[in-house]
Amino acid sequence: MDALKKYRAATGITELVMIAIGLLFLIPFYFLTVNSVKSFGDLMSNAASLPQAWEWENYRKAWEITDFPAAFLNSLTITVVSNLALAFFSATAAYWMVRHNTRLNRLLFFLFVAAMVIPFQSIMIPLVKVGGYLGLMDSLYGLIICYLGFGVPLSIFLFHGFVKSIPLEIEEAARVDGSGTLGLFYRIVFPLMKPMFVTVIILNTLWIWNDYLLPSLVLQSPGDRTIPIATYAFFGQYTKQWDLALPALVLGILPVIVFFLTMQRYVIEGITQGAVKG
Amino acid sequence: MNRRTYLKWAHQLIFVGPAALFFILIMIVPFLLGVYYSFTDWDGVSGKVDWIGLNNFRQIFMEDTQFREAFWFTARFTLIGVVLTNVLGFFLAYFLTKPLATRNILRTVFFMPNVIGGLLLGFIWQFIFIKGFGALGESTGLGFFKLAWLGTENTAFWGIVIVFVWQTAGYLMVIYISSLSNVPKDLLEAAEIDGASRGQILKSIIIPLVMPAVTVSLFLAISWSFKMYDLNLSLTKGGPYGSTESVAMNIYNEAFARNNYGLGTAKAIIFFLIVAVITSLQVKFTKSREVEA
Repeated sequence: MDALKKYRAATGITELVMIAIGLLFLIPFYFLTVNSVKSFGDLMSNAASLPQAWEWENYRKAWEITDFPAAFLNSLTITVVSNLALAFFSATAAYWMVRHNTRLNRLLFFLFVAAMVIPFQSIMIPLVKVGGYLGLMDSLYGLIICYLGFGVPLSIFLFHGFVKSIPLEIEEAARVDGSGTLGLFYRIVFPLMKPMFVTVIILNTLWIWNDYLLPSLVLQSPGDRTIPIATYAFFGQYTKQWDLALPALVLGILPVIVFFLTMQRYVIEGITQGAVKG
Repeated sequence: MNRRTYLKWAHQLIFVGPAALFFILIMIVPFLLGVYYSFTDWDGVSGKVDWIGLNNFRQIFMEDTQFREAFWFTARFTLIGVVLTNVLGFFLAYFLTKPLATRNILRTVFFMPNVIGGLLLGFIWQFIFIKGFGALGESTGLGFFKLAWLGTENTAFWGIVIVFVWQTAGYLMVIYISSLSNVPKDLLEAAEIDGASRGQILKSIIIPLVMPAVTVSLFLAISWSFKMYDLNLSLTKGGPYGSTESVAMNIYNEAFARNNYGLGTAKAIIFFLIVAVITSLQVKFTKSREVEA
């Protein structure tokens, strides 16, 4: 191990300082979890100490009040479906635009890239009107279509750069062997794009799962609530009831934390890839 | 049309059609409509939309003090937030590319806040500012923790800064780490042999070589802090006394709470222009400072 050979006294001090900063970063998680299993009185008297008695009952109540399974399922459906459709449509579009450099495709690509600087807040007001007109309001599938529209620019941009790096010779060889345009895409190009699929899906997952503003504009019925919407609604009703609010927050962040910890390597790679292209 | 061109257009439609359709419906049409509505007195409810020319813009610039304050808050926040997140992100990356035994665990720890959405983070920190800091203040006796963090205008501003930095520094750290590990080792060794100090190496070799990462990180941090909404909403709701109302929140309230859709879209158009100009100036400026090894 070359890296360990260079471990000197200075490295040891650096290490200790960094661990201290790391612990500082974790303090919010400590407060959150420890207090989520305290009774209200215990939590009010000392928020820093460990619980005197473990109140798992808090979690059961929070689970029921937020209707957690429903919110989780809604968030999951929206994230999964939007992601698959986004990655698929962006991949095909980017592939075609790279391989067919017509004036129309150049214009389209320019529009996709230019749209990336439009902040969501600049479109949201007329979007409510357009969404109502198209029948997208108050439904999960309407929300999914909105995510497709907003997600397409960045996803296409990422795939576009990637397709450029795929050598054309492979496709030419397949063509000579008698492959049609569609077959060529599904059998040859699609599998080659796998690394960029991972990047695009990771970036879109973190964004869509955590998004609050768009679902709050589109969704109305309580049955359609996503996790952020359910959390917000919960706080409107149970202000300052921290013994219920904290377990609700733990439940709310748990799925995405588990996702991150299991997919860690891909998340980090996805962010790096996305940043280089973005 | 012959068969060949027909086939080509069919393929164009199959491959590009769906993405283009969603994009046009969800982004382009609302954007153009927004430009139109910004010149009207549309209230969002009635079908009556009257063209009022530049009146909305006149009102925003001449009379709307709350918008001006929201803008001032966002500008100050962006400046401080962008500097702090980038300095901390770079600092963490710089030391986590050294051969530390715990560096992988630490990278995970620093990145973790970023996977949680802003809305939930705001609520979590609300508890920490109110109860957690109080408890720390009592046990440590430090005045820092005893402040009414969300209760006064000044501390609420810094409260949001703290949460924002805690949330986003890790993301920028990941970008800086990948850039730092691409700095050629032989260049650093050569400089060391030539007797360059650590500060000189950092200033004259490392920083110029990671400028592409600086371009990206500044761009991301600027657009995040400019568009901030969730965090303010759940942490302070824009309070106390509207002092932490961001531009994004002001636009939302104008349209959906006060039913001034025309005025709201005019603000949204101004907001778009400001974000577009600032980010493109920044990218242009930092790109001109990029060098190759």
